[in-house]
Amino acid sequence: MSYANLYEAPGPRGIRRNRVLAAVVALALLAIAYVVYVRFDQKEQWAAEKWLPLLRGDVWATFILPGLAGTLGAAVAGVVLAGLFGLVFATARMSDHRWIRVPAAMVVEFFRAVPLLLLIFFAFFGSFVLIGVNISAFAAVVFGLTLYNGSVIAEIIRAGVQSLPKGQREAAYAVGMRKGQVMRLVLLPQAVRAMMPALVSQFIVLLKDSALGLIVGYDELVDRGLNGIAANFSNVIPAAILIAAIFILINLSLDRLAHRLGAA
Amino acid sequence: MEALLFERDTILVAFWMTVRLTAVSALGSLVLGTVLAAMRVAPLASLRGAANVYVSVARNTPLTLVLLFTGLGIGANLGVELSDDIATNNFWLAVIGLTAYTSAFVCEALRSGLNTVPVGQAEAARSLGLGFVKTLRLITLPQAFRAVVAPLGSILIALTKNTTIALVVGVSEASVRMREMIETYGDQVIEIFLGFAAGFVLLCLPMGLLFGWLSKRMAVAR
Repeated sequence: MSYANLYEAPGPRGIRRNRVLAAVVALALLAIAYVVYVRFDQKEQWAAEKWLPLLRGDVWATFILPGLAGTLGAAVAGVVLAGLFGLVFATARMSDHRWIRVPAAMVVEFFRAVPLLLLIFFAFFGSFVLIGVNISAFAAVVFGLTLYNGSVIAEIIRAGVQSLPKGQREAAYAVGMRKGQVMRLVLLPQAVRAMMPALVSQFIVLLKDSALGLIVGYDELVDRGLNGIAANFSNVIPAAILIAAIFILINLSLDRLAHRLGAA
Repeated sequence: MEALLFERDTILVAFWMTVRLTAVSALGSLVLGTVLAAMRVAPLASLRGAANVYVSVARNTPLTLVLLFTGLGIGANLGVELSDDIATNNFWLAVIGLTAYTSAFVCEALRSGLNTVPVGQAEAARSLGLGFVKTLRLITLPQAFRAVVAPLGSILIALTKNTTIALVVGVSEASVRMREMIETYGDQVIEIFLGFAAGFVLLCLPMGLLFGWLSKRMAVAR
C-alpha cells in the first residue's frame, strides 16, 4: 500500500530536498545506533564471551531447543484446546435456547476481561485447595491460554458465522438438515475458513502469551534463554536479542501463512 | 470474602498502581504510535523502513520478553537509572516496556484508519497547497483518529490487562497482590480470584462503553 496521495510527486527541487532529508534521517538513525553501541560498549556487552556462547551446540541443546520445545508444546496444546473451546462456545452463544446462549455469553465475556496472568495464578496456586493436587506449571499455562484465547476464538468464529449469507443456512434447512447438522456441516466450516487470517493472528497472540509460563516456572523459551543462558554466561542482552529473533521469525512465518490462507 | 474485606486497602493500592501504569503507558503509546504511523506513510523511504522494522519487532515479541529486556537489560545490565528510588525506577522501566510494545499496535490501528480516509481528502488538501505534514496533521490524521476510536479502546483494554506482566520488572500491581493473597489465605482462592477479576472487569467495562459511545459520536459521516 502506498500513501503517495498524501504528497505530490516531487519535482527536481523536491527530489533534492528529499535526498537531503533522507541523509539527515539516516544520520539520525546512525546516531541512535552509535549511542546504543557506546552504551553497550561501556557495559562490555560486545565482549566475545557474551555472544560466542550463543553459537555453541551445547548451549542450544541444553537451553534453546528444550525451551523452544516447551514454548511450542504449550502453544500447540493451547491452540488445540482453545480451538475446541472456541467452537463449542461459539456454537453455544448462537443457540436458539436462551438457557444455553446466556451462560455461554457470560463465560466468554468473563474470560476475555480477566488478565491471562490472573488465570494462570488462579490455576497454579489455587489448584491444591480446589482439587487437592498441585497441577504442573504446564497445565496452569495451558489452562489460562485455553480459557482466554478460546473465548476470543469463540467471538471470531461467531463473527464468521454471522458474516455468511443467509442463503447458506436456508439452503441447508431446505435439503432437510437438522440444526446441529446445519451448524456443523455448513456454517462452521465456512466461518472457520473465512476467519482463518484472524484465527492465525490469535494463534500468534497465544504463542507470545505462552511466555508468561516463566512467571510460574514453566521451562519455555524466554525462561531458558534469559534465566538459563544468562545465568551461565551473564549475557542477558545477547540472549534476549536471540530469543526475540526466534519469536519474530516464527511469528512472521505464521503471519505470512495467514496471508496466504486469506488469499486462497 | 473476609480476606478481600480485611485487605481492601492493600488491594486498592495495588489497583491504583495498575491504573497509573495503564494511564502513563497509554499516553506514551498514543504519542509514539502516532509518530510511528506518520513515519510509515512518510515520503522518505528511510523513515518508512525504520517504522516498519520497529512495528514488526515490537508486535512479534512476547511482552514478557520486552519487559524483561527493559528490566534486566536496560535497567540491570546497561545500568540506566531513571530514579534513585527503586520502586519509581521499576515503574518507569515498566512504562517504557509497555509503551514500546503498545505503540506498535496503536500505529497499526492508526494506519488502518488512514486507509479509510478517502483519497479525495488528501488530494483536496494538496490542491490547496498543503504539504505532507500539514495534510497529515490537519486533514487525514484527525479523520483517521475518529475512525479508529473503537480499536484504540480495545488496545487500551488490552494494555490494562497487560500491566499485570509488569511484575517481571518488580512493579507491585494487582497480579502480585493476588498471588500474595492466595498464598496467605489459601482457603479463599475462589473469592480472591473473583475479587481481582471483578476489579479488572470494573476497570475495563466502563472503558469499553465509553469508547463504544465515543466511536459512534466521533464517526465521520460519509
